Amino acid sequence: MSVKSTAAGDSPAKGRGRTTTRGTAAKRRAGEPGLVQLLTPQGERVEHPDYAIDVTPEELRGLYRDMVLTRRFDAEAITLQRQGELGLWASLLGQEAAQIGSGRATRPDDYVFPTYREHGVAWTRDVDPLNLLGMFRGVNHGGWDPNENNFQLYTIVIGSQTLHATGYAMGVAKDGADAAVIAYFGDGASSQGDVAEAFTFAAVYNAPVVFFCQNNQWAISEPTEKQSRVPIYQRAAGFGFPGVRVDGNDVLAVLAVTRAALEHARSGQGPMLVEAFTYRMGAHTTTDDPTRYRSDEEREEWASKDPIARLRTYLEREGIAGEAFYAEVEAESDALAKRVREGVRNMPNPGTMAIFENVYADGSSLVDEERAQFVEYMSSFESGDVATAGTGH
Amino acid sequence: MTQTMAVAKALNESLRKALENDPKVLIMGEDVGRLGGVFRITDGLHKDFGEGRVIDTPLAESGIVGTAIGLALRGYRPVVEIQFDGFVFPAYDQIVTQLAKMHARALGKIKLPVVIRIPYGGGIGAVEHHSESPEALFAHVPGLKVVSPSNASDAYWMLQQAIECDDPVIFFEPKRRYWDKGEVDVSALPGDLHRAVVAQQGTDLTLAAYGPMVKVCLEAAAAAANEGRSLEVVDLRSLSPIDFDTVEASVKRTGRLVVVHEAPVFYGAGAEIAARITERCFYHLEAPVLRVGGFHAPYPPARLEEEYLPGLDRVLDAVDRALAF
Repeated sequence: MSVKSTAAGDSPAKGRGRTTTRGTAAKRRAGEPGLVQLLTPQGERVEHPDYAIDVTPEELRGLYRDMVLTRRFDAEAITLQRQGELGLWASLLGQEAAQIGSGRATRPDDYVFPTYREHGVAWTRDVDPLNLLGMFRGVNHGGWDPNENNFQLYTIVIGSQTLHATGYAMGVAKDGADAAVIAYFGDGASSQGDVAEAFTFAAVYNAPVVFFCQNNQWAISEPTEKQSRVPIYQRAAGFGFPGVRVDGNDVLAVLAVTRAALEHARSGQGPMLVEAFTYRMGAHTTTDDPTRYRSDEEREEWASKDPIARLRTYLEREGIAGEAFYAEVEAESDALAKRVREGVRNMPNPGTMAIFENVYADGSSLVDEERAQFVEYMSSFESGDVATAGTGH
Repeated sequence: MTQTMAVAKALNESLRKALENDPKVLIMGEDVGRLGGVFRITDGLHKDFGEGRVIDTPLAESGIVGTAIGLALRGYRPVVEIQFDGFVFPAYDQIVTQLAKMHARALGKIKLPVVIRIPYGGGIGAVEHHSESPEALFAHVPGLKVVSPSNASDAYWMLQQAIECDDPVIFFEPKRRYWDKGEVDVSALPGDLHRAVVAQQGTDLTLAAYGPMVKVCLEAAAAAANEGRSLEVVDLRSLSPIDFDTVEASVKRTGRLVVVHEAPVFYGAGAEIAARITERCFYHLEAPVLRVGGFHAPYPPARLEEEYLPGLDRVLDAVDRALAF
């Protein structure tokens, strides 16, 4: 599978004048010749000259299962937030193909640097979904061991992790390892200076890192047109590495393109930018109200490109999966939802003194002093119980 | 084995030793390679250790610190050079938001052994952004350690201790003392990185300072001695954490404390020291804790810096006021 810089080949859309109507702009772009697609929204397999893919029926069923379970987990988390069990949730609804396709392209020794919305990627890295919920429930700020699954902690400040990924990739190259690093970010993050600096460093040091941008069209209320005058993937050309735009709702295309990009990085050819063109079907987070800034028509249009529906259409048409399989996945979804629900409800609050833990790896006399003072204060309560006295003050 | 060397040379020797001792130690920054850094602190290291260990970076401070974080996550121990104090702010977000918090975010499962060296302070006749003292902006951040040597021996040892530390350390180098020579015993075992030391013993008043102001305080103590006053000088060495025990013990002996730094007095290290020492030994104090430092004004043009920087006279004026109280 060869990798070509699609950025150079698909300039036709450039220079035609930008459409200011948001929905129209999105429609026009989806039809761009540069968009790599292997499965149409109608569930038809099509070929792409640069990106071939050979997947077994078992792999296809696996991708379907991944996407359905991820969507179910996401829906359960939204429900848990509505019930007050989580303080917040950032839904990935609509981005399942972008996340499962790219996550399944990684090898165990590759390393993932996520944003805070990569629940599907986490799934592909065997990170327990319950681990993702701690920070949204408010019992920790992440807390899983990033090195257990080579999946870094969620990063909330936009774009920061692209630099960490680049530095990590510089280290991989120094070690002479043939692993690759993948940095997730969004269309909003593409405006951050850190992302531009990450592109510069990755290019200069030829770091084995894939920049995976999920362009879900909306940075909270701001459309992509507020972030960039050129398609995001074209930015790579200015930094001296290839960029490609893939249909982010086509799990096969995302898998093929990300595999190629990771291989490009692993084989010493340096960084690559993948722009997965997708859509955030839900709100930015559970605190957001997208009806204030975008139309139902636009959402409906994207609903017709749903990543799971199109794969199911294909599986059914080709006879790759039958009713027994779908029933099995459905039962598995129910079990996952139940486990997540119970797991969240039973997630213990941290002890009060956790405030003072892990501030420093080598300790600090300042933290020791303040902890001792706080213990003394807490023990002045009648109960004298440090663990429970923290509810009042 | 004692050698006489300037602070700059001591830092250079210290970096060389760290590179020799641990293959995971890397040096990164602008112009740190062939040039050896604008102050020559990394002189010769690129030649001897190669560009894989001594890395000239693009001119982007956030990128330097952000990639250093990534390298640390991969198991390296990056020592980052920020060219001048006033240039650190593009990296401030990565330092405060990421570097300082990632260990806690991971509940201790990852460590961030990154050292950020910053030449700081004025007195060298420089243009804007080259003479600032932003240490309080870092000491205020939980998760960061902040230290500053005042002499060649501490420059040599404290830098190695900072590199060996598993926490991020902001290492402030007193740039106007780079050329001051001192004795360095490269075989002696150093004390605790965060311990303050009594640089000069005295009985009437304690001067607490760090970095470039320690020398000024020692000169003030010498001048005061001519007038029959015995001043004790505490070199704090570490600004996060601060060794309050040593300061407290000194103040209990002398009954008076003046804190001196180049940084603006308002919200500066002196404020924290004054508050904590007042809490700890209120009844031992014969006078309020006084502070001598910069003003709440942008660092002035070089032609005015002599008036702006705390010098011998301003320190002695504060000593007079404390003793007269």
